[in-house]
Amino acid sequence: MNFPILSSLILLPSIGAFFLFFTKSNEENNNTVKYVALFTSLVNFFLSIYLWVLFDRSTSEFQFVENRIWIKDFINYKVGVDGISILFIILTTFITPLCIISINSSIKVRLREFLIAVLIMESFMLGVFCALDLVIFYLFFEAGLIPMFLIIGIWGGERRVYSAFKFFLYTLLGSVLMLVAIISIYWISGTTDVVKLYELGINPKYQNLLWLAFFSSFAVKTPMWPVHTWLPDAHVEAPTAGSVLLAAILLKMAGYGFIRFSLGLFPIASEIFTPLIYVLSVIAIIFTSLIALMQEDMKKLIAYSSVAHMGFVTLGVFTIQQQGIEGSIIQMISHGLVSAALFLCVGVVYDRMHSRLISTYGGIVTIIPKYSVLFMIFALASLGLPGTSGFIGEFLILMGAFKDNFLVAVIASIGVILGAAYILWMYKRVVFGNLVNTDLKKMVDLNKSEIFILLSLAIPILFFGFYPEPLINTIEVSIENLITTYNEKLVINKL
Amino acid sequence: MMNLELVFPEIFLSLSIMFLLLLGVFKKKSSKLVLNISLIVLLIIAVITFNETMGVSKTTLFSGSIIIDYLSSFMKIVTLISAFSVLVISTNYLKSFKIFKIEYPILILSSVLGMMIMISSNDLIVFYMGLELQSLALYVLATFNRDQIKSSEAGLKYFVLSALSSGLLLYGCSLIYGFTGSTNFDIIADQLNSSEYALTFGIVFILVGLAFKISAVPFHMWAPDVYEGSPTSVTLFFTMVPKIAALTVFIRFLYVPFLNQIDQWQTILIFLSIASMLFGAIAAIGQRNLKRLIAYSSIGHVGYALAGVATGTNDGIQSSVIYITIYILMNLGFFSCLLMMRRNNEYYEELDDLSGLSKNHPLLSISMLIILFSLAGIPPMAGFFAKFYIFKSVLEQSMYFLAIVGLLSTVIAAFYYLRIIKIIYFDKEKESYDKDHSLWLKFSLVSSTILILVYFIFPSRLIEIVSKINII
Repeated sequence: MNFPILSSLILLPSIGAFFLFFTKSNEENNNTVKYVALFTSLVNFFLSIYLWVLFDRSTSEFQFVENRIWIKDFINYKVGVDGISILFIILTTFITPLCIISINSSIKVRLREFLIAVLIMESFMLGVFCALDLVIFYLFFEAGLIPMFLIIGIWGGERRVYSAFKFFLYTLLGSVLMLVAIISIYWISGTTDVVKLYELGINPKYQNLLWLAFFSSFAVKTPMWPVHTWLPDAHVEAPTAGSVLLAAILLKMAGYGFIRFSLGLFPIASEIFTPLIYVLSVIAIIFTSLIALMQEDMKKLIAYSSVAHMGFVTLGVFTIQQQGIEGSIIQMISHGLVSAALFLCVGVVYDRMHSRLISTYGGIVTIIPKYSVLFMIFALASLGLPGTSGFIGEFLILMGAFKDNFLVAVIASIGVILGAAYILWMYKRVVFGNLVNTDLKKMVDLNKSEIFILLSLAIPILFFGFYPEPLINTIEVSIENLITTYNEKLVINKL
Repeated sequence: MMNLELVFPEIFLSLSIMFLLLLGVFKKKSSKLVLNISLIVLLIIAVITFNETMGVSKTTLFSGSIIIDYLSSFMKIVTLISAFSVLVISTNYLKSFKIFKIEYPILILSSVLGMMIMISSNDLIVFYMGLELQSLALYVLATFNRDQIKSSEAGLKYFVLSALSSGLLLYGCSLIYGFTGSTNFDIIADQLNSSEYALTFGIVFILVGLAFKISAVPFHMWAPDVYEGSPTSVTLFFTMVPKIAALTVFIRFLYVPFLNQIDQWQTILIFLSIASMLFGAIAAIGQRNLKRLIAYSSIGHVGYALAGVATGTNDGIQSSVIYITIYILMNLGFFSCLLMMRRNNEYYEELDDLSGLSKNHPLLSISMLIILFSLAGIPPMAGFFAKFYIFKSVLEQSMYFLAIVGLLSTVIAAFYYLRIIKIIYFDKEKESYDKDHSLWLKFSLVSSTILILVYFIFPSRLIEIVSKINII
């Protein structure tokens, strides 16, 4: 029996949270709890790196599979990773410790509970990416709502209650249809084991409805236009660490779900609904970019830009081209790093000035130069400048799209320009210009821990921008296999 | 030769009730003693039921009017354990209202006796007797705090409406007797002539009576008032125990004599289920009183349990039984929290009294959080699995409409559960509550919370136990 590395990954943060529950903390001295949480998440990060090292890149089979009977004759606890999921696992374990370091003065009350929520959240998210059984997947997918609801609701801004409810109910409503679909799949195919379902295939006459049920859940979570409205609210009201988790990891669960389940389980329906996804993605890219252009709140602007970036992701996934899907995954990883960094950047100035409005700032480049440089790197990565990881993702997606549908690709390319426009305009108004607001002069530049966090995000962004090979290398074989089986199933159906 | 030892629990219970009554009359200030003896009696009966009847294959007694099978034994044990936990956590509450009297445990024991007879009944008359015995005890329990006008009102309201529904039920029984010539479930099943439409009326009347007892929409009107007016410990009893017996009768009545008539009653049950789920979810939104709120929430939960019964399969019955068991556990936890909201011997039961509870009572709040998410059916709590099994069996029969309505009402219901969480966690704190609670109360809260929380690690245990239920 091998060491159950994936279960350890999933369980470790929860165990850490359990210990935190019994760790003493008070308002003055919070360091102990913070170190316990940080230690747990770092151990988890190194464990996931170890997983990446052990990972065999030459096969598309699921690796490190654990299979235990959970409910007899019904559901097995089955986890495993392939090239598609492993990067998300590393992203999750990488972002969580940064989140924990970034908590300084922003969370004043009940720090211990906050850290417990973050760690439990990490457990659930890792579970989502590891699960190889639909019911287990659903369990983790839904359970993630609980800690996020509390993070927004307890530590959020003024309209936190409204945002927390909107977040919770919106996503729950989307997900319940997926539950119906999962149980129906059990009755149609006799199993909820993803690997077996890949082999068996699902009866084509049910695929359309099942696809739509899964879509309703993933579309809300992605979020796709027109069900994206919960995201700006949730982002604006969540505390910085919450926004980071939400943007960097939570949104990726749906993109991952599209690749793993929509494409993998329902190829025939995916083929039919591809135009729908194209239209919604293109609208999301153009429409939300225009909305982002008009935002006055920095967090809201980044939130809308997330919707646009996720529009690229869904577009890339449904091109069913090698480049398109590879691009989508890299775009998700890159967006995970970049949006996390941008939210942290907003958090930095918010901690000092207690305002997220663009109009508060202007001309801070001379006051806090280090910050301005790092902020620029992230802004450029967000717009997809060559040399940053954002470029690789968008470029590959557009390449895939041009192969599949010329018109869609052209319109999406306009989105790239709009993306540059809103992010640069925001950067200009915040960092450059005349120093009107004299309060800004009191701002201090980044402290050590902030520099550390932002640098550790900037380095992978630049590294993978110049040398994306490690990422592509990991996902390549799995995607090849996904596309081949996808096309085979289509051909069989046509015969 | 009859196996009298199979009904020994019931006989022993009746004798104990009589003995306790005499003891209470002749010995002054014996309420504590009576309570303790009642607890021991309940435990002994639970053990006997477990030992004597759990392994017995289906047996009928008294010329077929009493049935002992796995379903009845399981439900009896659940009833006894729930009654035990109600008795054990209610002492402090009763004392603070100065209604800690000998009648309280005795009335609970009598209603438990009635329920055990209901659960074992295989005959319309036996079933009716059991039902009336438990109802009579419940009327008195509802008015137990007789100096409070609300409590008296609750009892009276319950009595009048319940008597009406009993009348309807009895009328249904007489119709069925008229058309089949027997009151015994098995003989009815043999004599059944499906072409008799009047028989359907009989079924409908009995279903109305039963729906009233289990507080399914549209026969739910009494529930919020009675739940609010009764003393909290009695409300706890109301939300848990009678539902077990009523559900068992529901199952046995529909599945033993009338399984072949499934197209007649399935639609009715689907309607009851959908109406209860939706109404329970929507009407609870406007409530400010926690007991009223839990009344509506229990209406909703009954809807889910009935959805399992509506499937007409063994899987469906099993999922209903699982649902009601988990529901009882959650309710026990919720009411333990409610009974802990005490300040200077006064109990608080408004929604706003929970405001900011998490600041002063972190452990109580985290239990409440777990229980509420479980009631809302969010994974990984036990409540999710309860709903999951129900939907699994419902979808097996391709009843998509029922499943989708059920899941949508889960979302609506999630709103008001979330609102309680919001009040506990997001709102400003109030004065803290007393922290000296009885050991039993703490124990019941902690154990129910932990069971709800860790249920997902061993979900198959309960299924294995319940999967032996087989009545078709």
